[in-house]
Amino acid sequence: MYIIFAAISLAVLGLALGFLLGAASRYFKVEENPLIDEIEKMMPGSQCGQCAYPGCRPAAEALVAGEAPPTLCPPGGKALAERLANKLSIELDLSTMGDQVPMVARIDESLCIGCARCIKLCPTDALVGAPKMIHAVVADACIACAKCVEVCPTECLKMHPVKVNLRLWRWPKPEETALAGA
Amino acid sequence: MSTRLLSAPFTRSELQIQSIMLTVVLGLAPGTLWGIFIFGWPALFIFLVTVSSALAFEAGCLALAEKRVLATLTDGSALLTGWLIALTLPPWAPWWIGVLGSFLGIVVGKQVFGGLGQNLFNPAMLARVALLVSFPLEMTVWANPSPPFSASAPGLLESWAITFGGVLPPDGTTGATLLGWVKTEFSQGRLLDESLPSGGYGFFKSFIGWTGGSLGETSALLFALGGGWLLKKQIITWHIPLAMLGTVFLLASVFTLVDGERYPGPLFHLSSGALMLGAFFIATDYVTSPNSRLGQLIFGAGCGAIVYVIRTWGSYPEGVAFAVLLMNSMTPVIDHYVRPRIYGRDRKGKPLELPEGRE
Amino acid sequence: MFDIHALWAGKPFDLHALWNGSQPKIRGGVHPEPRKEATADRPIDTAFPLPPMLYLALQQHVGKPAEPVVNVGDRVLKGQLLAVSQGMVSAPIHAPTSGTITDIMDYPSAHPSALPTPTLLLEPDGEERWIDLPEKADPFSLSPEEISIRVGAAGIVGLGGAAFPSAVKLNLGRRTKIQTLLINGGECEPYLTCDDRLMRERARAIVDGILIMLHGLGCRQAIVGIEDNKLEAYTNMHAAAAELSDGKVEVVAVPSFYPMGWDKQLIGYLTAKEVPADGRATDVGVLMHNVGTAYAVQQAIRHGKPLISRIVTVSGGAVGAPRNIDAPLGTPLASLLAHCDYRPEETVRYIMGGPMMGEALPHPNVPLVKGACGILALTQEEISATDAKSCIRCSRCVTACPVGLLPLEMMARIRAGQLESSLKFGLKDCISCGSCSYVCPSEIPLVHYFKYANGELLTRDQANHKAEQTKRLADEKLARLERQKQEAAAAAAQRKAAAKKPKITEAAA
Repeated sequence: MYIIFAAISLAVLGLALGFLLGAASRYFKVEENPLIDEIEKMMPGSQCGQCAYPGCRPAAEALVAGEAPPTLCPPGGKALAERLANKLSIELDLSTMGDQVPMVARIDESLCIGCARCIKLCPTDALVGAPKMIHAVVADACIACAKCVEVCPTECLKMHPVKVNLRLWRWPKPEETALAGA
Repeated sequence: MSTRLLSAPFTRSELQIQSIMLTVVLGLAPGTLWGIFIFGWPALFIFLVTVSSALAFEAGCLALAEKRVLATLTDGSALLTGWLIALTLPPWAPWWIGVLGSFLGIVVGKQVFGGLGQNLFNPAMLARVALLVSFPLEMTVWANPSPPFSASAPGLLESWAITFGGVLPPDGTTGATLLGWVKTEFSQGRLLDESLPSGGYGFFKSFIGWTGGSLGETSALLFALGGGWLLKKQIITWHIPLAMLGTVFLLASVFTLVDGERYPGPLFHLSSGALMLGAFFIATDYVTSPNSRLGQLIFGAGCGAIVYVIRTWGSYPEGVAFAVLLMNSMTPVIDHYVRPRIYGRDRKGKPLELPEGRE
Repeated sequence: MFDIHALWAGKPFDLHALWNGSQPKIRGGVHPEPRKEATADRPIDTAFPLPPMLYLALQQHVGKPAEPVVNVGDRVLKGQLLAVSQGMVSAPIHAPTSGTITDIMDYPSAHPSALPTPTLLLEPDGEERWIDLPEKADPFSLSPEEISIRVGAAGIVGLGGAAFPSAVKLNLGRRTKIQTLLINGGECEPYLTCDDRLMRERARAIVDGILIMLHGLGCRQAIVGIEDNKLEAYTNMHAAAAELSDGKVEVVAVPSFYPMGWDKQLIGYLTAKEVPADGRATDVGVLMHNVGTAYAVQQAIRHGKPLISRIVTVSGGAVGAPRNIDAPLGTPLASLLAHCDYRPEETVRYIMGGPMMGEALPHPNVPLVKGACGILALTQEEISATDAKSCIRCSRCVTACPVGLLPLEMMARIRAGQLESSLKFGLKDCISCGSCSYVCPSEIPLVHYFKYANGELLTRDQANHKAEQTKRLADEKLARLERQKQEAAAAAAQRKAAAKKPKITEAAA
């Protein structure tokens, strides 16, 4: 007898709650996911396209839809990946990011003809110079989007790995193989 | 010339896990030998069965988890766990109690948590409590002291039958432990001055360990000496044992002053049961005790208080295992709230105020 | 606080002092094997022959690298200024001997990575010709500011290992009107004896240097803390202080354990003060310098000699004739080791500094820098080489930590990749002293984890900073493009209007 009562009351409770949930999803439905705006704000906003999406907004949409991993943005690096994963509450696998070597654009000054095409394209104004003058890269502002490489008519612009110096050198994580027994 | 990038320091203290574990085992050895001596062959059998099955379970788990079997097995932690489990068993318990205890301690108590250093509860105590709850009969058959070649001692074959043959110990060779005796007598309305002499118990007998009980709960003296040796060797610190024993002493003193007929005195408590073993060898388990000094004092005091409460008002005669397990579950909480003060900061982690007159 | 070390050392334990809180505070610490006997009783070797080439790194100090003022091919004299300091925190570099600048190039640095850094190459001519030293003046007739300026110009940095420019510290101390100058004669690292030897042999010069620094700071009291295992150094320093200082310099024996030489530990022991986490020692009215620095200051102010050499301990199991050497800066470490008959085939680790906090070098072909107090060539027996095992939560690291951190908890979080949560346990307060790794029975490289985490967090901070900057730059560019578009539109509209105007007037006419 008690078992029947329990089963009935639980079933009723489940139905009621399910109905409430269904109603809530209908009445509080949001047309555009506000999360996309928040995610877009977190992105660098340089529309560089390194993520293979046409810009930061499409990338944010893909992220929210779960089509892209939080590690998609190379300029944002691990730090952004971590914040995105936190925001979206998803597991973060940084292992794919570890291998990426930071890059920077450099100009071969003997080849530059001063066409200024790259300057127009650079999303962060990292290329300085004027028409008919040899251009230069402000390394700190360069986000390695490589847009300039594509338009350079003389192929004087190339991406190079950032050279590690004492200022950039960091201690690596202790070898985990050493802790295999752990 | 090694090229692996390593950080300082490049010098290390001599102390290694292995030497710590072996020192603890050596500290246990006198009390264990005494236990085996007074309970004879069956005690030796159950001890060997428990320890060897603990090692076997550990090896099996390591192999399953694809870890380095030999290197981890020789660190001595499984030996110590098995040893402690054996000490918590009745000396004439059947062999499968020992194997099951080792399984519970090593597999359920330790390896499923991720192995050494990951377990929340003391494996030996977990095993003992699980056995005690599941097999109350087998776990409470207390042999009376019967050293080899004494009249009441079972012979080798007889002993083999007790441990491996499922033969119950003959009548008259078993009795109650001191704590159990006092509790039963009290429940029948007999007060201390009546029950203690009639059971043939005395402080001195209890202190050196001429009494029934688990393999490792008889000789308070030898375990206290072993514990003192560990203190001297700096394997353990004084915080947990002192807090635990001190709390029991204090509570027992207070209550015996209130009603000496109802509550036994502090010496009775300190000398009986597994208190010494628990205070020096079990509560001090690194993995399951807090890591700050203050936390360890709280932990020890908590263990002591629970032991006293269970012994005095609980339904079990002895409460060391329960006390340790309960306080084990408090360890993460203690560790969260009790932390050492960081240099230049107050207890809450805020930087100290600058002295006056300076900016 | 309960002073376990007093009991340890078998000293009388003063309960009364404990009650009053005047018992000196000691936190944590370990007792590594000193291994100082090999070099402690041998006099400083001042006859080290000049190597064929000196490699002078432009960055031998905390702060900005120095900027060369000489060109390749220039002939320079001993003590001549080669590179000037840049900005507020920096130090100049001087020629350790006379010779020719043969190159300015990237050369491997005295760093675990041995990455190349800009370095001046000086080929000695063997003549050791000094530049004209300034006329000797009574240091105490100079103004305090002048003392700082001269100390800065002499390129003096903290010689205990930190290599922080000393003049910056003196200025800070003078401005904050410190009450006590503390001199660190702790030298708690195993093997190292360079400060010990210096105090034994040149105590009078050190005390003179301390008095000059006191003058430069406008301060009246100095306390020298010397570990109680350096009896001769203590005696000599005590005698020199009594003779020269007129009571201004007090020499105090401090218990020997590691890390007694940590400045905060010594401050706590000698003055019972604690430096707030976000403050400096000067905030509690004290300033600390190393004995080697005091000596360098004396040389610079009394004799006008810039910092061009330092005393360095060359020791370790693979060194046949270990000793302290007064060596010119820029000497390849391999030359120093070779001078002391080291056996390369037995060496498994080269270390610059002490074994507790020093840096492992991949090879000894890097130059001696100002902050290097020791060069060690260690054999297999001297270093631990077994693999790390599981943490058994024995909490020895907690007891050993002089800062009061929970190294095991921090390590567990860093291993799990939770760097942010390790910050809550005080990761930033870690001084990398190595006490935790030293005592760990599982031989877990705790300090390595903390260095890794700190570096990784720094990288992330920088990445976040760069992301913000990128966003700003991108927004600016977009705004500019938008503005240009509007301006172009406005200009077009204007042109249109201008083109239309005559018609309108015509129509009106």
